[in-house]
Amino acid sequence: MRWQTDPLLVVDHLTMRFGGLTAVNNLSFSVGRKDITALIGPNGAGKTTVFNCVTGFYKPTEGRLALARSGIATSQEVAALTATGKRHAQSAGADLYLLERMPGHEIAREARVARTFQNIRLFSGMTVLENLIVAQHNALMAASGYTVLGLIGAPSFVRRQREAVEVAKSWLERIHLTDRADDPAGELPYGAQRRLEIARAMCIDPVLLCLDEPAAGLNPRESGDLNELLRSIRDEGKTSLFLIEHDMSVVMQISDHVIVLDYGTKIADGDPKSVREDPKVIAAYLGVSDEEELEKVEAELSK
Amino acid sequence: MDYFLQQLISGLTLGSLYGLIAIGYTMVFGIIGMVNFAHGDVFMLSAFIAMIIYLILTQLLGVSSLPVVALTALIGSMIVTSAWNWSIERLAYRPLRGSFRLAPLISAIGMSITLSNFVQVVQGPRNKPISSLFTTNIVIHQGADFPVTVAYNQIIIVVGTALLLLAFWYLVQKTSLGRAQRACEQDPKMAALLGIDVDRTISITFIIGAALAAVAGSLYVMKYGVVTFSDGFIPGVKAFTAAVLGGIGSLPGAVLGGLIIGLIETFWAGYFSADYKDVAAFSILAVTLIFLPSGLLGRPEVEKV
Amino acid sequence: MASENSASPSRLALALKEGVIAALLAALLEFPIIDYQAAANIDNRLVLTSRFGLAMTIVAIVFIARVSIYLYQTRVVARAVVKVKGPSVFAPYVQWINYAGIAALVVFPFVILTLLGSGGALKWVNNYGVQILIYVMLGWGLNIVVGLAGLLDLGYVAFYAVGAYSYALLSTKFGLSFWICLPLAGILAALWGMILGFPVLRLRGDYLAIVTLAFGEIIRTVLINWTDFSNGYAGISSIPHITFFGLPFDDDDHGTFSSFFHIAYSPIHRTIFLYFLILTLALTTNFVTIRLRRLPIGRAWEALREDEIACRSLGINTTTTKLTAFAMGAMFAGFAGSFFAVRQGFVSPESFTFVESSTILAIVVLGGMGSQMGVVLAAILMIGGTEILRELEFLKAIFGKGFDPVQYRMLLFGLAMVLMMIWRPRGIISSRMPSIFLAERKSISGANVSEGHG
Repeated sequence: MRWQTDPLLVVDHLTMRFGGLTAVNNLSFSVGRKDITALIGPNGAGKTTVFNCVTGFYKPTEGRLALARSGIATSQEVAALTATGKRHAQSAGADLYLLERMPGHEIAREARVARTFQNIRLFSGMTVLENLIVAQHNALMAASGYTVLGLIGAPSFVRRQREAVEVAKSWLERIHLTDRADDPAGELPYGAQRRLEIARAMCIDPVLLCLDEPAAGLNPRESGDLNELLRSIRDEGKTSLFLIEHDMSVVMQISDHVIVLDYGTKIADGDPKSVREDPKVIAAYLGVSDEEELEKVEAELSK
Repeated sequence: MDYFLQQLISGLTLGSLYGLIAIGYTMVFGIIGMVNFAHGDVFMLSAFIAMIIYLILTQLLGVSSLPVVALTALIGSMIVTSAWNWSIERLAYRPLRGSFRLAPLISAIGMSITLSNFVQVVQGPRNKPISSLFTTNIVIHQGADFPVTVAYNQIIIVVGTALLLLAFWYLVQKTSLGRAQRACEQDPKMAALLGIDVDRTISITFIIGAALAAVAGSLYVMKYGVVTFSDGFIPGVKAFTAAVLGGIGSLPGAVLGGLIIGLIETFWAGYFSADYKDVAAFSILAVTLIFLPSGLLGRPEVEKV
Repeated sequence: MASENSASPSRLALALKEGVIAALLAALLEFPIIDYQAAANIDNRLVLTSRFGLAMTIVAIVFIARVSIYLYQTRVVARAVVKVKGPSVFAPYVQWINYAGIAALVVFPFVILTLLGSGGALKWVNNYGVQILIYVMLGWGLNIVVGLAGLLDLGYVAFYAVGAYSYALLSTKFGLSFWICLPLAGILAALWGMILGFPVLRLRGDYLAIVTLAFGEIIRTVLINWTDFSNGYAGISSIPHITFFGLPFDDDDHGTFSSFFHIAYSPIHRTIFLYFLILTLALTTNFVTIRLRRLPIGRAWEALREDEIACRSLGINTTTTKLTAFAMGAMFAGFAGSFFAVRQGFVSPESFTFVESSTILAIVVLGGMGSQMGVVLAAILMIGGTEILRELEFLKAIFGKGFDPVQYRMLLFGLAMVLMMIWRPRGIISSRMPSIFLAERKSISGANVSEGHG
């Protein structure tokens, strides 16, 4: 179990309240390095809220989100960093970040957590290429000498920008959009926009990529392509994937680890096979208790 | 203490006027999400209309009963100003509905410039003085240095505002028009699908806003006895401040915000310096928006990701 | 054909009906604001004068206009012409059009001078050349904030004021020269841009507009009331004039521009120098903006306009990105402000009202957000258009001696803002040029480009 032996992200007692509503309640789980981890659950279970806490869009009411960008952080190290009040600690064993203490853009820039959105958020008035270049902003910003060197057209910046274009080109090839590089992102078909959003997120060179319903609205062929893309990203070994998904075929085919949420609490956590067979999951997830219905659902899930 | 009481009375009067104008801002912003920049100038226009009707009645028709004259000027101004605001919405804002977000804002700013300069061109740039009306003072407390007084026109303004607020509160909460308005606020497309005439509802909103601004305009002339073409901008911005402070979209909030702005401005001028009273009002606007963007009585907005 | 003929009479009847309704509405609106004019007599009492003739004329004009518009609109519907918009004819020549434009701007004062002589040219170079270029420069500056970063700023004139007062105070109190004051004014304005920008970072859209408006008014009110600092309403006068790198443009035999170059003194020399100064400043603004758009910071601004949340998810610090946009826009306003001060020789709070801010914003929005060329066209249209009213002497022949077209300047300006928005809500040039391309630079239709939320 990689999420126990080599965890990338350890979530401890995460709670998120909005006024009187508790969206996520005392949730603990780990995301394994080099895994594809799926977060599933019925609508309103709090999945996107968990994502928003991990990526810094919400500040959790309570709880700790410890991410080891590299290495394996011992629980003592995590506890020590928590006690200091700082957000980052570099030790021999691990490069450790406490995400709940960081604003969203720093989570992306320092801890290297990237994400996509349920309703795609591309820069629709910019071209496909521009979208991929903007994603490399921080590296390019430094290369442009915070604009000063760029303004005078320093060769070092020009070189660095050319490299950024090469990175973008390689991604364009992987998502089959090379011939549409100069078209506005808003004009791409839906499936291509989903792929572009993933490529854009990958351009920040993340250790963890959070995907919020990547297969939503895709047809079976596009869905298959997506699975291929996600697998290939995992197999490269640099980026772990953490995804919310409703499409069970995607979840069961590609994930290594499945976590099930209901009403903001965890009801199951394990490999796809054990989760699939967990009657509690089936009952809660689909809101059925009838034996006959249950069989049908099981049949559906095992497809 | 006496001085404080006197300032309090002035502040409440001024605040009531701001509140009346603020309702127009808050309703329009609520329903089409646009700051109607021209609203302050609609207020100024209404003051001019009331003043001229007053002059027509007293000079040309020789009506001598002051209450009759005041009431006729008020109602006349409400009708004509409503027609103006209806036309403005129809010509300058409706064609831009659903288009680029900045277009209606620029159009409204253009309309604001148009209205104030229109009045300047047709009525001349100078101050228009008439004498204040209902200036009889009632002594409510005989202080050590001076008597604390309240003028009839101040009573009319405060009581009138309270009554109007009650009436419109009823209109929005209890009638089908009010329901239609709230539906359009929430989701105009859905409201249209459910058979609500969105255009008509928006038009009526502009008419109501103008009628209330006209009440404020008429009372303003009655109280201060002078008006000029540039009188729309500053009260307009302050009334908008009031609407924001109270929580945009909230009717009682607009009046509450108006009263607070009126009081702060009056006390600032009374105790510190009249020069910087506008700075005080604008600073409140900035501070409110920065620290309390949903205002005192507004609903907070949650950022959707 | 047959159906059209049979439809015509009813169409006319409908048009007349619409016309009557419009005329009646106009009559209602005219009461009493046009019907009567209230003017104070010698005793300072208001006296009414009736103007029914004027009122009836307007009603008639409204009637005719409404009928014509109705007939015109129904004609378009009957034909149902669908316009297919091809790619712009000018697209391949944009570069050449730009060069030609700059060349035309450079020779403009000399052409005018040859055509009209130095007396007649003064007005043209000053009122049209310099005046329009100031607004072009301000428009380009604000374009960074509004057009690129999508931050709606209604208090832009405050930074213009900071620049103008910087030069006015530094030169009169400390005797600093224009060339030292110019960068200082830009830095001070940029600093104020950051100071005012910082608290409003969280605000979006119309709220941001209102707070920036409030800041603009606060700065103006302070300039009015803090008399020790700014001399209040009276303003600061006798600000040193521009010199030709030390040589004053005076009518003197020693050490002046005319004596140094051995030419006869003429006031046009200073005006032409000012013209080239503002042209240089404006082109610098343009050049820097175009460069910035192709740098990471410029792309981050545009990305911010498109989607702020996505920017954060990519690790872009939206706070500093917004602040740099504010500071950069403010800096150019500061440069323009110190130019304004050196040109007028006098500054007062009167020059920095809300109307100025809205004029500049109107130029940016009307030009097409983010479009540099659009700003130029819009500035020529709006500023040149209202300036030209001064030239319409012949209207006096039509409307009588008392008619002064300049009186209607701001009225027409306001109406023009409304009409232009209805005509082109996305501005004259609504398409966007990508900042980088792989195979081919294709313009992006305005429909895809977001207008920003903050």
